[in-house]
Amino acid sequence: MNGAWGPGAASANVQGFDTLFTALVILSVVIVLLVGGLVVVFGVRFRKGTKVERHAVPTLVSREVEIGWTAATAFIAIFIFWWAASFRITGAVIPDDALEIHVEAKQWMWKVEHPSGARELNALHVPRGQPVVLKMASQDVIHSFFVPAFRLKQDVVPGRISILYFEPTRTGRYPLECAEYCGTDHARMGGEVVVMEPELYASWTAAQPQADNLAREGAALFTAAGCSGCHSPASSVHAPQLDGVYGRVVNLIDGRSVVADEPYIRDSILRPARDVVAGYDPIMPTDFSRILDDGEITALVSYIRELGAGMPPGDETLRSPMMETDR
Amino acid sequence: MTDAAIDTTRGAGAPNYLTAGTRVRSWLLSTDHKRIAILYFATITVFFMIGGAAATLMRMELFTPEADVVSADGYNKLFTLHGVIMVFFFLVPAIPTTLGNFILPLAIGARDMAFPRVNLISWYLTLSGGMLALASMLLGGVDTGWTFYTPYSSVYSNSYVTLAALGVFISGFGNIATGVNFIVTVHTQRAPGLGWRRLPLFVWSIYATSIIFVLGTPALAVALLMVVVERLFGLGLLDPARGGDPILFQHVFWFYSHPAVYIMVLPAMGVVTEVITCFARRRVFGYTMMVGAMLAIAVVSFFVWGHHMFVSGQSLYASLIFSFLSFVIAVPSAIKVFNWTATLYGGHITFESPMLYAMGFVGLFTLGGLTGLFLASVPIDVHVHDTYFIVAHFHYIMVGGSVAAFFAGLHFWWPKITGRTYNERMARAAAILMFLGFNFTFFPQFIVGYLGMPRRYHVYLDQFQVWNVASSLGAVILAAAYILPLCYLGWSLIGGHKAGDDPWEATGLEWQTSSPPPEHNFERLPLVTEEAYAYHEKHEHPKERGGGNQDSQGTGHRTRQERSGGRHGPGPHADNPAGGGR
Repeated sequence: MNGAWGPGAASANVQGFDTLFTALVILSVVIVLLVGGLVVVFGVRFRKGTKVERHAVPTLVSREVEIGWTAATAFIAIFIFWWAASFRITGAVIPDDALEIHVEAKQWMWKVEHPSGARELNALHVPRGQPVVLKMASQDVIHSFFVPAFRLKQDVVPGRISILYFEPTRTGRYPLECAEYCGTDHARMGGEVVVMEPELYASWTAAQPQADNLAREGAALFTAAGCSGCHSPASSVHAPQLDGVYGRVVNLIDGRSVVADEPYIRDSILRPARDVVAGYDPIMPTDFSRILDDGEITALVSYIRELGAGMPPGDETLRSPMMETDR
Repeated sequence: MTDAAIDTTRGAGAPNYLTAGTRVRSWLLSTDHKRIAILYFATITVFFMIGGAAATLMRMELFTPEADVVSADGYNKLFTLHGVIMVFFFLVPAIPTTLGNFILPLAIGARDMAFPRVNLISWYLTLSGGMLALASMLLGGVDTGWTFYTPYSSVYSNSYVTLAALGVFISGFGNIATGVNFIVTVHTQRAPGLGWRRLPLFVWSIYATSIIFVLGTPALAVALLMVVVERLFGLGLLDPARGGDPILFQHVFWFYSHPAVYIMVLPAMGVVTEVITCFARRRVFGYTMMVGAMLAIAVVSFFVWGHHMFVSGQSLYASLIFSFLSFVIAVPSAIKVFNWTATLYGGHITFESPMLYAMGFVGLFTLGGLTGLFLASVPIDVHVHDTYFIVAHFHYIMVGGSVAAFFAGLHFWWPKITGRTYNERMARAAAILMFLGFNFTFFPQFIVGYLGMPRRYHVYLDQFQVWNVASSLGAVILAAAYILPLCYLGWSLIGGHKAGDDPWEATGLEWQTSSPPPEHNFERLPLVTEEAYAYHEKHEHPKERGGGNQDSQGTGHRTRQERSGGRHGPGPHADNPAGGGR
């Protein structure tokens, strides 16, 4: 059912969504019939000239009526809120084994990088039954990643990583659309999401032109962009060592402390003077936002994240000749 | 202006506000709230037609999935034009500055607004803002959408964003001044005896709206100013590449723009209450609750803005709090619908055109409000946000609701404003056509939005076509229904019969002066001895009520002023008192 009569149903949260949506439709129909029915009945019965008894509603009764429907309305409103909120909270928990795919939005295309290094444009292949988390960045304006068949969308805001989690449940091809107005070709910034059986997904990724995986690409950039000149153990410059920094609590020069998560590392590359680590001078060049594009920054962040798992910084053995030709 | 036409048909007698001066100057420099209201009428009618023309072109483009009428940029400029003009220069000022300006001082028995010159300046501010915005459209257009989202508007758009934003910015000061003026007028200019608990709900609604004008509009000014300074001076407030935060704009923008929805809807609620009570011949059900609901809406509307940002990446817990508050604000809105319905109970209902428009409002507002419950639910909003579902929802509230109410009020007070009656049969036909055409146009958009068609698309997937064709066909009917009143109301100025002072036998103070009212509104200021909407006692137990306790049980907003007789034939509810019961 993916056409003029239904948006399709291809992710784990669709069922809960549809139940809630249907309940609200029924509630709306009931209220419209109730209000409409009363208006019609009163309009006919009490139209000018009819010979019905018309008495003032006693104050006490009218007050009870008012309190009654105020309470009923409030109860219904709070009940729906509770239902919707609990459903949303459940859907917000991302399992640890989720497949992490990076999406980069720019006017007017979607660039996708799979963990294996496979890349695609305006399409997203995902395995059925596997939780997927998209980490999305925008190079220019705000876009919004919208898959009606999943009943999900997420704005992709420049300057931060936007996260969208879903679990595809049915194979097929589903429209992908940009939902946040982003300029001239906003309406054409679409594509498709292809849900495949896991085995097919595996062979699909294997068949893609072999780019390097993100962390390896980041490792190469770490040297090429000059990061290793300061951030490696051999360096004479006094700069923070990044080995194992990911996920740790970092004390800042102004007394705050932050967790070195992805947004923090990203910010530290783009705006190094903002959150300076205690004990260091703000000497890092500030023009990386002009030198590196969003994809490269994502790769660097992935690399630094891998360092948390024990890869030494600036390890030349990780550089891949394949990668150089790919750039 | 139309005064010349009226002048020629007007009989001799004391000059009314229309005949008090005929030169252009006497209009453009008038401080009479009634003339300023007419200036606003003319202004917003022109803006409505411009915005409507843009909508017509959009519906033509959307008839097919391909781009065949306009280019991508052309379409983007059309919906921006439509949104900016309709929201800031039609819907927001529509009822407060026209009906509010004209009726509110009359309804509280005042000679004018508290600050007549500020009132005139407000119109000039609105007009110059509108001209700037229009100039930006004529020079080449703006392509940001009426929401001006950053960093698109502040960095990437190559269109006349600054000019349009300044236009909206300037007209905002007109709104603030109007709001202050209404608040002071209601506080200081009420007729003797007109306590707060006797105020007509239309006055309360304009009062509540004015609070939002005064408290909300500065936030809009700040939001637009941020865009302008970033565009002009490269100040890095919103562009992440310069260390700004684009989401900051959304917070400040919606802090105004959600309450702005209630700027459009609260006055509509006020108008509809006046109309329904008059044509049902009943006191409004639950006056206190109605006032409380409007004030509650005015206050809570400032705390729900985050429901526009459920998919922006704001914290889930923030989203849930905004979701909760959005459900809370549904309660006073629902109470109002129930109270209007209950007002009909035991009435002597007639269905003249203002009543038909008002009932149309109740129906469309109910549908718009119910779909608001969908959007307040976070998981549902995540799917339908930025789709045609949203477009349909806010058109039900703002166009179905507010514009229907605007027409209800226009038809209700037209005899008072112009002194003429219009063709009632045509008016009823237009009211019914508008209701049907509106649903035909916008109901399919709920469906196509649910199916996943994003807004601001000029090309779309084939499976969405059937619903877009339906919507475009409905728009033809709707356009006809909007043009019809221009014809018969226009004709009434030339060929309409004299209306009489109180053709609807309504209780409001504005009906106790002549139609059109004299320059200073009342020969003698009224003295109010009664609550508003005391319509129905005279129909119930008329014999028991004749004598002693008239002060508390009598009829209507009675005044000391003599009412000139013989204005109209015996109305349907002709057991009128002869003035004077104080």
